[in-house]
Parts: sequence; structure tokens; C-alpha cells
Amino acid sequence: MLSPIILVPAILNGLLTGAVYALVALGLTLIYGVLHIINFAHGALLTAAMFGAFFAHRLLGLDPYVAALLLTPAFFVLGYALQRFIIGPASGGEDRNILLVTLGLAVVIENALLYAFRADTRTINLPYAFDVVDLGIAFLAVPRVIAFGAVIVVALVLWLIMQWTDTGKAIRAVAKEKVGAELCGIDVAHVYAVTFGLGTACLAIAACLLIPTYYVNPHAGNAFVLIAFTIVVLGGMGSVTGALIGGLFIGVVESLSGLYLGESLGQIGIFLIFILVLLFRPSGLFGART
Amino acid sequence: MNRLVRVSRRRFLQTSALGAVAATIGAPSVLRAQGAPVKLGVLHPVSGALSYSGQQGRLGAVLAIEEINAGGGIKALRGARIEAVLGDAQSTPEGGSAEVEKMNSAGVAAIVGGYGSSICLAASQTAARYDLPYMVDVGVVDAIVNRGLKNTFRFGPGFGVIAKTALDNLVTINEQVGKTAKTVMIVHEDSAFGSGLAKLLNTQLPDRGFQVLETIPHPTPTRDFNNVVLKIRAQNPDLVIPANYYNEYVLLARTMQQQRVRPKGIYSVLGGAASSYKFVKEFPEAAQYIMDCNHWFDPRNPKSAALKKKVEDKGEFYTYEVFMNYSCVLLIADAIERAAGADRPKIIAALEGSTFAGHVMPYGPTKFVNGQNQGAAPVNTQVIGNDIQVIFPAAFASAKAVFPMPRA
Repeated sequence: MLSPIILVPAILNGLLTGAVYALVALGLTLIYGVLHIINFAHGALLTAAMFGAFFAHRLLGLDPYVAALLLTPAFFVLGYALQRFIIGPASGGEDRNILLVTLGLAVVIENALLYAFRADTRTINLPYAFDVVDLGIAFLAVPRVIAFGAVIVVALVLWLIMQWTDTGKAIRAVAKEKVGAELCGIDVAHVYAVTFGLGTACLAIAACLLIPTYYVNPHAGNAFVLIAFTIVVLGGMGSVTGALIGGLFIGVVESLSGLYLGESLGQIGIFLIFILVLLFRPSGLFGART
Repeated sequence: MNRLVRVSRRRFLQTSALGAVAATIGAPSVLRAQGAPVKLGVLHPVSGALSYSGQQGRLGAVLAIEEINAGGGIKALRGARIEAVLGDAQSTPEGGSAEVEKMNSAGVAAIVGGYGSSICLAASQTAARYDLPYMVDVGVVDAIVNRGLKNTFRFGPGFGVIAKTALDNLVTINEQVGKTAKTVMIVHEDSAFGSGLAKLLNTQLPDRGFQVLETIPHPTPTRDFNNVVLKIRAQNPDLVIPANYYNEYVLLARTMQQQRVRPKGIYSVLGGAASSYKFVKEFPEAAQYIMDCNHWFDPRNPKSAALKKKVEDKGEFYTYEVFMNYSCVLLIADAIERAAGADRPKIIAALEGSTFAGHVMPYGPTKFVNGQNQGAAPVNTQVIGNDIQVIFPAAFASAKAVFPMPRA
């Protein structure tokens, strides 16, 4: 079973799947790194974004990759508003409240989607969905290759924003030292909301990259978010590079353990790594040691 | 004009009690005169994981009721209309049972539906407490009719019959082409339905001259079938037998097409999507030449074609849930007709002796033994072009099996 005929495609597929995991994890790690909260609504927001991409195609005839140009800013605004006007005020500044508020949001969003669209699973059929890139040793699905490229670009852009813009610097300042940042005149509530908005915008892009090859129902996002949590822990809280490398790594691990242990047990590999990282390197591969 | 009449509490109670008694005594004559509607419970999982199938099932049942009413209702009851009492099992057995309780309180004469095996098991058990006739529309687990419940009837075939027919037909199809297929891989979902079927196939396929190379289980939902397809490619079996629900079935077929894995045949037993017009319309290339052994209407029956047109005119797909439920309601209506009333034991007796042939399935007249319709049998279909053709039984096949499938 170690023949390269299946091993190489399995690893390549793992990398391509891992890229999308990485993007979902990017959003999560940003929010975690800056707001120090676990955003339980991440999965539900991803599902909402997938419905957005689905209906943009179904009703407006927009290609998902074009829809990303509209959905990304829309979800940035949505994320900003959620944090600024709901999560922030409702939590009263206590982290454990935020946890519950995001959990509540997840329940509300999922059930609203269930009510509006029923549990029916939907897919869209794109002419290029079945196209493959023939590498000789493996066929790679075109939408996945596009997704891989897009994730790299998004990660790069995000890294540049964080590194070189004033907003990025403010976000990093708030992440490191909230009170200090506030004393320097940084509007912490605004920075929080911007970060949440960026995290949510990542989901919109992930949704548009997923929808050509995946399906959407009101619970579709959850599957990705559990894995994204593992990636955040593996890569290090708040680390963009960590999320990217962690995502790709987890993708390969999932693919290989699926191949050798069977699909039913495929996720064991992921959670074994989760436990090992927590035991031996709790700060993650790229996390700052505190 | 309005004069206030003072009525004491006691007086009021006395008169209303008298009135009630009078109404009860007078009821039969009133019924005969007006043909009071007969209530029929229509139970489906219209929300939750099985909602698509549940909604399709409800559609079939409601269409049949509309047709009966438009055709003059129940003649033995002077044209009494059938009134549907709709219920949502919420895709859970408990949800199904709760709805049966409600329907019983509403005074239904019988219940049709259930769809999922687990829902059918629970709902019919609850109905049995009230001697309430229960017609299972789809649920294939054989325990449904093996429990000795007098109220429970199943119009369609069970698991055992389906698996046997599927294997018999597979052997025949294979022999017609000189036993070209020898090796098999089974891909199944890992709950009761898929695992049970995989186990059955693993014991029976070797006896029929097939070698099972590998059996791959996967959870529901599964997001990615690339690994499964890679394994299929590595083993290169002649036949792939998938046993999973709609979404996974579609994903597997699409991934096989994408990775250019083309076995000699894809042959499913109760395939989640294999004989669904929805699948064929949405992914015609991935569905091409897939064979399935599943519930299927009688294509020779003009009534069936008329129903198909009616459903498609509504913009819906003519799936097995629709025609199974449509047939079940007609069957129940026939029993109510012969029982000449909504009396439950009489309806059960009428079903026991039922020889109803007005349905759209290729079963012949109904004949129930211990609640199971003896003539019920699945049909083999194959996706050819943009349509689903019957390839077996020969009596009403609309096409010859394309096997092995041509290399694209």
C-alpha cells in the first residue's frame, strides 16, 4: 500500500485540502490571537458564507470566485458589526461571557439557516468542477488548485497587512498589551471589531473556494471548524504562518491516516496530533512563548 | 332583536349533554347524508437530515389524496373526502412516535409513511397500541414486519428481498457478457444500513463467483472521497458497489469521474442517488451507466406516466418516495372503501385481504402475509443518456444493460 501511485496523490490532495483548512484556521487564529476568545460562531458563519456563495450562483448566476469579491467585504462588515454591536457589548468585557455569546450566536445562525433553507443539502454544478490538472502521477482537481493558490495569496496579503499597515500594527499591539495599546490612543473596541471582521472575511473567501467542490447544508461549516481549532493549537495562537503551515500539515495527516486507517478513522491522526502538541509544545509550532 | 336568555349553569350542562347524546345517536344518518371526511395520517420526516426524502414522500401522498377527492372521494361513504393530517417526524424515531400520538388524538383512520427504517419501527409500534392501521411507505429493515404487529403493513419490498434480487440480477447481467466481472470493491457508509448491506454482500458475493477485494467503510457525512477513489484505482476492481446516502453517493461518483477511475461497472443496491432523477439531471456525466437495484415504478402503467408528468409539471423530481407514497395512499383508500368506514379493525381486515392493483408499482395485485406485500420487488435501473432506464426484469425492461460500461 506504499506504492507511489497512491501515496503521491494522497499527499498532494492532503496539501490542497489543507490549504482550505488553513484559511478557516487563519480567521480563527486571528480572532483568538487578538481577542483571546474562542469564536464558537466560526462554523456557523462559514456555513452562512457558503449559503451566500450558493445563492450568489443560483440567483445571480455569479461564479463563486467572482462572488468572493462581493462576499468578502460583506462578511468583513458583518463580522465588524457582530463584534462591535453584539459580542462586545453583550459580553461586558469578560472572556467567559464572550465564549457563551459566540456559542449563542452559533445556535441562532444555524437554526435561522435551518429555518430558512431546511436541512436539504445543496450543490452547484460548475462547468470546470470536474476539470483536472494532469501531473502525470496525479490528477488534481482544478478548483482545489485554484483554492490552494488563493489561500497562499490571502495569507500573504494578511501577513502584509499585519506587518506593514497601521491597522496591522494596532492589531498586534492590542494582541500583545491591551492596556498599553489603549494608553497609546488605540481604539481597542475598533481594533477588536476589525480583527473579527478580518477573521469573518477569511471565512467568506474559504466558502467561495469550497463551494465548487463541496456541498452546503446548515451544518456544513462545523466539520471544518473542529479541524481549524486543531490547526490553531498546532500552529500557535495568533500566528499567520503557523495557521498556514499547520493547515497544510493537518491536511496531509488527514489524507494519509484516511488512506491507511480507513475513512471512518481518518480523523484520529488529527486529534492525536492535537493531544501531542498540547502535551509537548502547548504554545504551538510558531506560537510566541510566554 | 337579540334577547338575552338567562341560562343557569346546571341547565346549560343538561341541555348540552342531551345535545351531545342526540348528536351521537344521530351521527350515522348524518354521516351517510353528508359523507363526513375520513382523516388519514400522512407522516414523513419533512425536517432534519432526511427532509428531502420526507418532502418528496409527502408530495406523493398529498397528490394521491387530491386525486381521490377529485374523483368523488370514498364511494362507500357517499363520496366522503379524505382529509390529510400532516405530520413531521423530524427525522427521528421519537419525532415519529409523537406524531402518531397526535394523529391518534385527531382521530385518523390510518397512517401512511415513515420513510426511514428507524422511524417506521417506532411509529408503527406506537400506532399498534391504538390498533391504528399503519402503512410503511419505504423503510426496508425486515424487523418492521417481523414483529407480529397486526396493524403494520409494508407495501414495498424489504432488505432481504432487495439484496437477493440485486445479486441474482447482477449474476445474470454478468453471465450475459461472459462473466467479465470477477472482482468487487464495496464502499459503504458505516451505520446500520450500509454496514448491514456490506456484511450481507461479503458473505454472498463469493458464493456467486465474485471476489471481494476490499470493503471500505466511511462515515456520514464524508467530505472527501479522494482517498477512497485512490484505493479503488490501486486495486482496480471490475465492479464498485456503493451503499451510502445521497450526498456521499454523489460525491463518490463525482470523484471517480474526476480521477478518471472507470471500473467495468458501478452497481448499487438501494443506492442513495443511483436512480434519482435529481442526480441524473445535476451530474449527468458522473451518473452515466450507473446501475442500481431500487424501488421503481412500473413503466408500462399509463397511470405512472401521468403521475410522473404531474410531478414534473410542479417542478419536482419523480423520485421513489413520490410514487411509493402515492401508491400506499391509493391502497389505504381502497381498504377504507371496502371497509365502508373509518373503523380501524375493519380497515386492518380489509388490508389483510387486499388484492389492490390500482397502484403504479410493478408488484401486481397486493397480497399481504404477516403485513408484508408478497409481490413487492425492486427493479434494476441504469442511467443511460439523460434518463433512467429499467434493465431488469425483462418483462418491462426499457433498455438492455450497458455492461461493461464503455471507456470514455
